[in-house]
Amino acid sequence: MPVMSYIQAVTAALSEEMQRDEKVFILGEDVGKKGGVFGATKGLHDAFGEYRVLDTPLAESAIAGVGIGAAMYGMRPVAEMQFADFIMPAVNQIISEAAKMRYRSNNDWNVPITIRAPYGGGVHGALYHSQSVEAVFANQPGLKIVMPSTPYDVKGLLKASIRDNDPVLFFEHKRAYRLLKSDVPEEDYVLPIGKADVKREGNDVTVITYGLGVHFALQAAEKLEEAGVDTHILDLRTVYPLDQEAIIKAAQKTGKVLLITEDNKEGSIIGEVAAIIAENCLFDLDSPIQRLAGPDIPAMPFSPTMEKYFMINPDKVENAIRELAEF
Amino acid sequence: MAKNRHESLGLTDEQAVDMYKHMLLARKIDERMWLLNRAGKIPFVISGQGQEASQIGASFALDRNNDYAAPYYRDMGVVLAFGMTAKELMLSAFAKAEDPNSGGRQMPSHFGQKKNRILSQSSPVTTQVPHAVGVALAAKMEKKDFASFVTLGEGSTNQGDFHEGLNFAGVHKLPVITMVENNKYAISVPLDKQIASTNVSDRAHSYGMPGVTVDGNDPLAVYEAVKKARERAVNGEGPTLIEAVSYRFTAHSSDDDDRQYRESAEVEEAKKKDAIISFAAYLKETDTMTEKQEQEIRSEIDSIVNDATDYAENAAYPEPESALKYVYEE
Amino acid sequence: MATERINMPQLGESVTEGTISTWLVSAGDKINKYDPIAEVMTDKVNAEVPSSFTGVIKEVVAQEGDTIQVGDLMCYIDTEDALSSDETNTAEQSEPDQEAKPEQTSNDNSMKKRYSPAVLKLAQENDIDLAYVDGTGRGGRITRKDIEKLIASGDKPAPATSKNEQKTTEAADLKSPQSEHQAVPQQSAKLGDIEIPVTGVRKAIAQNMVKSTQEIPHAWMAVEADVTDLVNYRNQVKDEFKQHEGYSLTFFAFFVKAVAQALKEFPQLNSTWAGDKIIQHKDINLSIAVAKDQELFVPVIKNADEKSIKGIARDINDLAARARSGKLTQDDMQGGTFTVNNTGSFGSVQSMGVINHPQAAILQVESIVKRPVIINDMFAARDMVNLCLSLDHRVLDGLIAGQFLARVKEIVEHTNANTTSIY
Repeated sequence: MPVMSYIQAVTAALSEEMQRDEKVFILGEDVGKKGGVFGATKGLHDAFGEYRVLDTPLAESAIAGVGIGAAMYGMRPVAEMQFADFIMPAVNQIISEAAKMRYRSNNDWNVPITIRAPYGGGVHGALYHSQSVEAVFANQPGLKIVMPSTPYDVKGLLKASIRDNDPVLFFEHKRAYRLLKSDVPEEDYVLPIGKADVKREGNDVTVITYGLGVHFALQAAEKLEEAGVDTHILDLRTVYPLDQEAIIKAAQKTGKVLLITEDNKEGSIIGEVAAIIAENCLFDLDSPIQRLAGPDIPAMPFSPTMEKYFMINPDKVENAIRELAEF
Repeated sequence: MAKNRHESLGLTDEQAVDMYKHMLLARKIDERMWLLNRAGKIPFVISGQGQEASQIGASFALDRNNDYAAPYYRDMGVVLAFGMTAKELMLSAFAKAEDPNSGGRQMPSHFGQKKNRILSQSSPVTTQVPHAVGVALAAKMEKKDFASFVTLGEGSTNQGDFHEGLNFAGVHKLPVITMVENNKYAISVPLDKQIASTNVSDRAHSYGMPGVTVDGNDPLAVYEAVKKARERAVNGEGPTLIEAVSYRFTAHSSDDDDRQYRESAEVEEAKKKDAIISFAAYLKETDTMTEKQEQEIRSEIDSIVNDATDYAENAAYPEPESALKYVYEE
Repeated sequence: MATERINMPQLGESVTEGTISTWLVSAGDKINKYDPIAEVMTDKVNAEVPSSFTGVIKEVVAQEGDTIQVGDLMCYIDTEDALSSDETNTAEQSEPDQEAKPEQTSNDNSMKKRYSPAVLKLAQENDIDLAYVDGTGRGGRITRKDIEKLIASGDKPAPATSKNEQKTTEAADLKSPQSEHQAVPQQSAKLGDIEIPVTGVRKAIAQNMVKSTQEIPHAWMAVEADVTDLVNYRNQVKDEFKQHEGYSLTFFAFFVKAVAQALKEFPQLNSTWAGDKIIQHKDINLSIAVAKDQELFVPVIKNADEKSIKGIARDINDLAARARSGKLTQDDMQGGTFTVNNTGSFGSVQSMGVINHPQAAILQVESIVKRPVIINDMFAARDMVNLCLSLDHRVLDGLIAGQFLARVKEIVEHTNANTTSIY
């Protein structure tokens, strides 16, 4: 089985889906000749031609809106937002149009679009190249938001997103692009959207997180194992709509729950996860539900000291798990 | 006798009369909806009175069996021409389960019907422009020879999506026909407070496409302009921007009182150019339609509108719990 | 003079490593700050990496072709200015956070009585007195794990511990047993007597019996049933049954089945006294007594009314086997709504059972004995059995209990190959 980086898994999924289905095409800024600013679409322009890997004008609302129109016609567009931070001009198209199309037309029309965007910090990206924007979209029924944590999940979930008949926002952690490498099967496989995944079994503390948080939690869990703390890690994988069943099960398992996001704390995805646990697991809880998240400041500053202060990391995760274990 | 213009445009007498019929049907349904609203039977009306000539003239220039339409909320004429029925429009006005546009989910005039290739619309304006461009992009990729037709009001041309959409279409020479129905008002704000250029069509230049302004009260003039644009589109020559100038006869919607911002004299003056009257006169003057034919058409339309109203009024509402359906594929 | 490190810089937002394609310097070279030292190739860019210092290259560590992580060492340089700092990597070197220090453990017991919902629930379900539990959490807090461990160990420090406790236990029950303890008069052993410490299951049985007899006003009644047909039927099929199923078809299974059926018709007996109300249970879960050495277990046949005689026979067999091998779980013993006691197995012909608190009645199935019985004015040798019922007189009266008992009698007397299927 070949070892792939997170971003190579993105490219592999795109390439395989374009080969499988001629309706699949990519559009976005710099995705063509350059192959994307991160290289996610590298080689695809040469392999599939200009109109299947289309360099668009620099206009995010058009990228989303034109993609939506093509999807309504029956194409399978994969739109790339160069950075999740730049998705904002396209929010009207995504929320007012893509999310509501099936519902507002009473199932007459649908929008099978996948919108990919690199998100996340810890890369000296400052305010507008570091944000986590999932919470903006996470109360919009009609949308699905997928945020994979491993190269294996990237390939299976991106393929599932492209094949999904509803709009999917696919957020890729840009720090994970070249940091995370793992075995990824060459053959075709898809993973279910809407299902969380247990990344580590444990009995002392439950960590529920997604994206790079999973990686940090796994690192922390390994260190804590030596100290006799057994961590259970649930990777949400799809952050909207949430896999309530898996969340409840994971919370009940240990009764001590740590929720992690890299996003600002207030109004983040994990607040909703906390609410699900509070609604369903009162008599299983052995400690207050804890949240580890970025501070409530507009975004991540550029200066390395401030950036580090903002970001979660394995040490912060380790401390938070330990706190719960000792509670 | 007036000069016969439709023949030289390639329209038969039957087609010309059919255009009139569609214009009149749109007008009559619209008028009925206002009555129903004022009688407290339907909550909301937003109308296209005064714009029927533009809508029907344009639609008849298209291939209504293959082209795609992304209409805006005043386009009752467009959707009728593309195959939606009076009954279906009334079902939408009454928010009944059978409404094909949205099953009673959206306000009236938020058109959409896949079988007739009418793209579903929302309330935030101009979002349909990039959609139409997307459909045109698909046509180009799939090497199909249909065109994508999108309409909007002149106020909406100030939105980013107008600029982003037209620029995209221009860069990639996509088969899109954009028709701005300039009815002089964006709710209460008149044209000169909306755009600084004389014509909306002036904007076309910067998108690398031709821009033309036509008399929106003249269905044949609009027909001619759209027909030309469609030829360009399917020949791979790219998009066209058409501005059809008319006037909005009614208030913005049933919730608006236009006396707050415009003189009734201005409205009366505009109504003298009502295309329903002038086009009927043209057809009779050119011996295309007889007096008797006109009477027959009028009574036929009356019964269509009556039947549609009765049917829709008596049709079932959606089941309350059906509100939960179709968020995602089921 | 100081030796500084030149580390792999981050050359792009998502870049985490770089490959050295060419070294532009070698050890001993004197270079100025910002002079290029190496060509580095990453996924995103190819770039010349400049020196961060002025000085003499001391040692080239990474080799051409090596791929090294951002922040890892490329080479050492001897600098003239010891104060100059490494500008490329300040953010990437992570020192452990201050907060990483584990908390000091102490004898602080401030959290001892702060119970989490999970701990309270488990304590109530298992009748554990939290006052006697040591907590391992912060501030002496009792954790869910502490309770789970305790339950698993079976050594529960609870005044009211009992193995066959019901879920429906009232909160009031938690405190009442304390006074019972104090009520026991002090006894001392005389010379030659053996003192046996009362612990574990014995203690639990004692406590439960005391609780039952003190709290429940018992009343008794008994009927005699002619089970000749049942005996013949069972004897006919038992060998074949054993061969097929691998376990025995006991008489007791027939009685349990009959009781379950009668309870369905008389749900009043399938009840619990709950102070201001009587709870009539929907499920018919029959407790059966299983003895093992000095211990008495009361495991439960769940939903007995939904099971065939075969199903009940299997449950009895399983539960008894697990009781004897000490493998019964808490779950096996929870949820009983009525008890059927096989007193006949040790030859008893009449007994007065103590109700299994907080159920409303217990039925003792006595020994089946062949006795002469007058049928149609003639003596006949018949298989007779006594069925003795103890009832909670708060919940039940003689009439309903009598009807119930008559019904059980009717069922067992009409059990034969024609009326009753084993399967």
